[in-house]
Amino acid sequence: MSHSALTPGITSGRLSDDDLARNFSDLHPPLDPHEALVAADRCYFCHDAPCITACPTDIDIPLFIRQIGTGTPEAAARTILSQNILGGMCARVCPTETLCEQACVREAAEGKPVLIGQLQRYATDTLQAAGTHPFARAPETGKSVAVVGAGPAGLACAHRLAMHGHAVTLYDARPKPGGLNEYGIAAYKTVDGFAEREVDWLLQIGGITLENGKVLGPDLSLDTLRGQFDAVFLGIGLGGVNALGLDGEDKTGVLDAVDFISDLRQASDLRALEVGRDVVVIGGGMTAIDAAVQAKLLGALNVTLVYRRGRDRMNASVFEQDLAASKGVRIITNATPRALHGNGTVREIEFEYTDDALTPTGETVRIPADQVFKAIGQALAGDALPDLDGRKIAVTGAGRTTVAGVWAGGDCAAGGDDLTVTAVAEGRDAAEDIHATLSA
Amino acid sequence: MADLTTNFIGITSPNPFWLASAPPTDKEYNVRRAFEAGWGGVVWKTLGEEGPPVVNVNGPRYGAIWGADRRLLGLNNIELITDRPLQTNLDEMTRVKKDYPDRALIASLMVPVNEDSWKSILDRVLETGCDGVELNFGCPHGMSERGMGSAVGQVPEYVGQVTEWCKKHSDLPVIVKLTPNITDVRKPAQAAKDGGADAVSLINTINSITSVNLDSFAPEPTIDGKGAHGGYCGPAVKPIALNMVAEIARTPSLAGLPISGIGGITTWRDAAEFMSLGAGNVQVCTAAMTYGFKIVQEMISGLSQFMDEKGFTSTDELVGRAVPNLSDWQHLNLNYVTKARIDQDLCIKCGRCYAACEDTSHQAISMSLDRTFEVIDAECVACNLCVNVCPVENCITMEELAAGTTDPRTGKTVQDDYANWTTHPNNPGTCAAE
Repeated sequence: MSHSALTPGITSGRLSDDDLARNFSDLHPPLDPHEALVAADRCYFCHDAPCITACPTDIDIPLFIRQIGTGTPEAAARTILSQNILGGMCARVCPTETLCEQACVREAAEGKPVLIGQLQRYATDTLQAAGTHPFARAPETGKSVAVVGAGPAGLACAHRLAMHGHAVTLYDARPKPGGLNEYGIAAYKTVDGFAEREVDWLLQIGGITLENGKVLGPDLSLDTLRGQFDAVFLGIGLGGVNALGLDGEDKTGVLDAVDFISDLRQASDLRALEVGRDVVVIGGGMTAIDAAVQAKLLGALNVTLVYRRGRDRMNASVFEQDLAASKGVRIITNATPRALHGNGTVREIEFEYTDDALTPTGETVRIPADQVFKAIGQALAGDALPDLDGRKIAVTGAGRTTVAGVWAGGDCAAGGDDLTVTAVAEGRDAAEDIHATLSA
Repeated sequence: MADLTTNFIGITSPNPFWLASAPPTDKEYNVRRAFEAGWGGVVWKTLGEEGPPVVNVNGPRYGAIWGADRRLLGLNNIELITDRPLQTNLDEMTRVKKDYPDRALIASLMVPVNEDSWKSILDRVLETGCDGVELNFGCPHGMSERGMGSAVGQVPEYVGQVTEWCKKHSDLPVIVKLTPNITDVRKPAQAAKDGGADAVSLINTINSITSVNLDSFAPEPTIDGKGAHGGYCGPAVKPIALNMVAEIARTPSLAGLPISGIGGITTWRDAAEFMSLGAGNVQVCTAAMTYGFKIVQEMISGLSQFMDEKGFTSTDELVGRAVPNLSDWQHLNLNYVTKARIDQDLCIKCGRCYAACEDTSHQAISMSLDRTFEVIDAECVACNLCVNVCPVENCITMEELAAGTTDPRTGKTVQDDYANWTTHPNNPGTCAAE
């Protein structure tokens, strides 16, 4: 039986395979060689370039763009990857409009920055398509390091440690490595199994033993790891999901957005994936946008993203907000969820209008919803961790925790933006600090 | 709209834009299209002597260099003179001239250096009704190996001799096309003038290898693994051509010798620059080969607008207007002092001026932590490099220091009188004269 966007309730098969293939194709198709040359030519090769300063991993952007311009994208990739081993994924998911491209002098000059993100992808794709790995391991040091979490921070840390000759065991709770790259990013940003291919390519450095399905807590204890290894890096991300704190949150149809995104990324047949007709997403970050846009692309008739404060307070970038709007997602701001209605299954969700200080106005509105995705933030999960700073692991310097021999980075560590690129920088820098410590 | 009608050595054309002797003017079909598009004149593809025509290579005959987005900046060719029978060309020229009597039609000629060959070809082209002849002493490839083209143009005595023959055996106006592949272009120009030439045209193409294939290690264009040097033209050669035109225009012994300017002319502005440095008209090739004949419409409208803005009613008012301002270095005013000024509102903080000045010039630009770039007057020698590398037009300008002010670099007061190297105390010649 075939369904359409109009079919009520939560169901699969709302769109044809062709429509789904089109909807979930590459958001930014890769530049072809000529497009890359033209885009590269726009770079002014600035002195002490502002784009480098804006990049959390300090990639020498003018240099790599010049290398593309002279027909050596492989050399460009090496420039990128020497600073950011996940340069391929960052090229796809970085909010460049608030980082390097915002700092680009051509943004100041004419409102059109050099396409740094797309050029970075052109370079890294070219090198990775060749299947070669540009870095070689130093001789074995005899030291071993446990890296817990194979997300961006853990992968960056593991690669850098392996390159320095240390033996790395990389643990991850999930069946596949990659962390949010594999499970937490909209499918149209990383098509054709890129996240998995990138990890395979990264592991070519050698010296990294991957152990999936190992969860810190039930399967691994920090104390044991400290005993077994010369150092430990925690890149465990934020495993918990914040709750709305409303009655009826267990009603059928009320789900965590991260699970929806993860299921979508792992689905082999998008037509088999269920989505509501009237979908409401609660939250204002990238996860909320990714869930809302993908619900729409799966064929939901109405998708409404509701955020409790004003647009300018949303964590999602303006580009992401505009993307959502262009796909037909309705964005409602200044509305806080108050009640979930429905008998066993959610039917409506009630909001109260609130100002930016979240002061209630007393006015409420009900929105039909057969599916509600909660995207109001994730939280650190687990106990027996090093001391926290607020709700995250406290770190000083290059990710040193309060426990000797234990470093942390990425989303689980305090400080920094919760961005892939920031996690890579923190993992890399912690690895250098671990290396310096183990070499001392 | 200003009237662009031009009289060049008695040949009238509705505008000063002629197509140079080259592939675009090789046949009736092309030339008719050119005239329909609006070109004022055409120099027909060079004719050789009667007999089996020359042959061209059957592989690539052009090579190029490109700027951004493959904008063609320079073109190189190894094509020879026309490879079609002489009579075919003559018949076509006759028909075209008859149908376009108001346009200039010039026969370009290249035959071996003997009087009979030149007399013979001149007799033949006379039948076409063409307005004049151009002697091709310029082509630097292929034909020069056979003692023609630039092999003639590089020997002033030959240039003078052939010019004399042509004036002797024909009443047609004679234009001598000069090669730039020579150390002093004034020498062949003088020989042409002395031989009775009505005008010179320049430049022909420059000896060139545009690129080397780094897989086959062969120059491009490559013919079966080998390459030969070609002739370089297009926007990249314009500065060389402008200088050579100007050198002839300002030389007293060559005064009054009409010049047809050639070399990288792509827009009306290029044409106006050549004319201001003494060219009575201009010839175009690469721009037409790159964009098609239609470009002449922009040249016509642009030059007309420019002349209107300047109040010129005839191209004669433009021709040579910049020649008096061409000077020798030794006569440049050393009391003229300028400093670079950076417009902070226009600056986009790329820092290229800083890198250029700090690394390769005089360390005369400072950079603050917030990327504000400012000129240090005490170090600035006014070299202009910062202006040249700045990507924003008019962001950096050179501003003159008023007389009476102190130049912080030298500590000297800026004088308002004129003083040049010939009178400078550091000049040994000056000391000797005291």
